[in-house]
Amino acid sequence: MIAVVDYLAGNLTSVKKALERVGADAVITRDPSVVAQADKIILPGVGHFSATAILEQAGLRPAILHRMEQGVTFLGICVGMQWMFESSAEAPGTQGLGLFSGACGRFPGIFKSPHVGWNSLACHDGSRLLRGIPSGSFVYFTHSYRAPVVKATVARCEYGGEFSAAVEQDHLFGVQFHPEKSGAIGLKLLENFCGLSC
Amino acid sequence: MLTKRIIACLDVMAGRVVKGVQFQQLREAGDPAELAAAHSQAGADEVVLLDISATHEKRATLADTVRRTARQLFIPFTVGGGIRSLDDAMAVFEAGADKISINSAAFADPTLITQIAERYGSQAVIVAIDAKRMNGEAQFEAYVCGGRNSTGRDAVAWAREAEERGAGEILLTSVDRDGTGAGFDCDLTRACSEALHIPVIASGGGGDTQTFVDVFQRGRADAALAASIFHFGLRRLADLKQELQSAGIPVRWPC
Repeated sequence: MIAVVDYLAGNLTSVKKALERVGADAVITRDPSVVAQADKIILPGVGHFSATAILEQAGLRPAILHRMEQGVTFLGICVGMQWMFESSAEAPGTQGLGLFSGACGRFPGIFKSPHVGWNSLACHDGSRLLRGIPSGSFVYFTHSYRAPVVKATVARCEYGGEFSAAVEQDHLFGVQFHPEKSGAIGLKLLENFCGLSC
Repeated sequence: MLTKRIIACLDVMAGRVVKGVQFQQLREAGDPAELAAAHSQAGADEVVLLDISATHEKRATLADTVRRTARQLFIPFTVGGGIRSLDDAMAVFEAGADKISINSAAFADPTLITQIAERYGSQAVIVAIDAKRMNGEAQFEAYVCGGRNSTGRDAVAWAREAEERGAGEILLTSVDRDGTGAGFDCDLTRACSEALHIPVIASGGGGDTQTFVDVFQRGRADAALAASIFHFGLRRLADLKQELQSAGIPVRWPC
């Protein structure tokens, strides 16, 4: 069972719908005990970085961290991926998980923000999440803040400079774009995620 | 590179797709769920479903239409038409929309933009503006109620206010060009695009490939709306993207 963590940050039905399309059994939950039993965890999110503070209040942060330590396969989407970094300029008072170093920042002022639309990926070799997804594939983004390129980056995207489009380290994965809204490429990525055993 | 988006727009009345020419003379075309999926397959980057039902009774089918359409769609999906309150917006989001588009209601109560943005994020809020040239000059006035009622407000100034209040994108329709196929009003989209920091979706007047090249290059639009399966067949959608690519416009192709 895949737990799609609900922290009141946007539209989760589309993530659940896409997971069902690739044959996965997904539940939307706000209950730490459900998260504790999940085989895989997805932290979606469109919205504000400060919304991740709700994870703390609802007791979800320790539940997620505990499962991560046990090796559960985890995917953060959009703000969910940014939360895996140390912090974000969007909400300086809110701590990220710090799994990856660096803070999320804004796009340069001359670029329209949010970065909305289909942009192409520059994929690194050897990613399990991006297996079968070639460089140049288009995926759908909508975000005003972005994570830096780090050692764990497995796909980069270019918009006012390069940023992390996908990160991957052992059983921990994150994507800045929305696989549930990225057509066949996005469904392929979710299928890859569902098929991973860590 | 961030690509220019081609957004398919389906005008829906009482659960069926229709097409208006200059907001009038409607013809029926088919099932929204089927047509949305077909447009996605053909290469549309997003789908907008615009409910143009005049009455509350006819609008009651909207949530069901949205639910059925969303089930088959794995690209961004916007719903507009008749959303007057946060509750209306919530019903549409719960049915599976990713974004909502508000027009007359936002003009009547601009705080609605902020209310929806605070609950669902700015990326989920499109403010639609219908604009008309004043005396044929490159000055534009915002119209409401399906392009019928003048507001006396400068369209670009209103777009700027909508951005400040939390809109994530502006859907800008030229009332003069809508349904004509004669080309987008590039002066209008350019004025708006240059005044804003959020993306501008051009609408009204899309026809041959050159009209799209013009609106992206001269009009500085971030996206363009392509309405109607009548003057805009599905095969034409794929051809258009290939032709835009050949013309040096970055588009998602192949997809």
